[in-house]
Amino acid sequence: MSKWSGRCAACKYLRRKCPQDCVLAPYFPSNDPHRFSAVHKIFGASNIAKMLQQLPEHVRMEAADCMAIEAYCRIEDPVYGCVSFIDQLQQQIIEAQSLTNQINAQIAFYNAHNNQLTIDPFSSSFDQTD
Amino acid sequence: MGSGSSPCASCKLLRRRCAKDCIFAPYFPSDDPHKFAIVHRVFGASNVSKMLQELPVHQRADAVSSLVYEANARVRDPVYGCVGAISYLQSQVSQLQMQLAVAQAEILCIQMQQEPMMPTPQIIDPDDHHDHEHDHHHHHQKASSSSFIDLPQYLNFASSSNNVIHDYSLKRESIFGVHDMVS
Repeated sequence: MSKWSGRCAACKYLRRKCPQDCVLAPYFPSNDPHRFSAVHKIFGASNIAKMLQQLPEHVRMEAADCMAIEAYCRIEDPVYGCVSFIDQLQQQIIEAQSLTNQINAQIAFYNAHNNQLTIDPFSSSFDQTD
Repeated sequence: MGSGSSPCASCKLLRRRCAKDCIFAPYFPSDDPHKFAIVHRVFGASNVSKMLQELPVHQRADAVSSLVYEANARVRDPVYGCVGAISYLQSQVSQLQMQLAVAQAEILCIQMQQEPMMPTPQIIDPDDHHDHEHDHHHHHQKASSSSFIDLPQYLNFASSSNNVIHDYSLKRESIFGVHDMVS
């Protein structure tokens, strides 16, 4: 048994004993069975374990969280998964950049226009009084 | 399609006969072994096969492209993978929208200064025959109204309530070729 009471979600799902040094137990607690079933469906249990084991321990929780997010996204959208959000965000960036450029061009136009209209009262075309 | 003469990249890697109806063959040609290798490494061949089987044929190519993209992201960044890229792009969007708001405010100021008929808070001379209902030709351009796309809750890093990627976007300069998008 792992030090957490009962089996972890991974071992429950895989119907096996949960050893004390279960690699997956810290990241797939028994109170969230959907998290493991999602990552298992997309990545597979052995891949998850392998990927986590290759990482230093202090980042494994974040890695497991990210894999869970990717798995949820892929289940939600089996064609594009979380990649669809990347696409949308890149589009937003292009649009915001384009809009900003347009507005900056307008600002530049206005500024240039104003500069042309400004008449210098001290220019040679005016009589200057000392 | 799989043929006797040239097994697809998947069957080569898996060391098996490439059947005529091999599900991988259309998407993992033998001249690009790396593509299948990376997908297999992250997702596993049987998972990929299952995922493709659950999709109509016309969507499988796109699914493979996105799986390859995701797998590449995970290999380059074994902790955050694609999620890191999303967080980074969100922060870029946020910055750009701030810049856009500043530019919009600036042009509004300029336009207000330009507009001679624009009502101002000052007291207007009663002898002045300005028409206060005159049309204003605002060239106001609307930014997109939403700050972020409609992300599911678990991807909404903008709220920064998610501890996963808290400072990630500030630390990473570039992820990978984010212009390398799914076709």
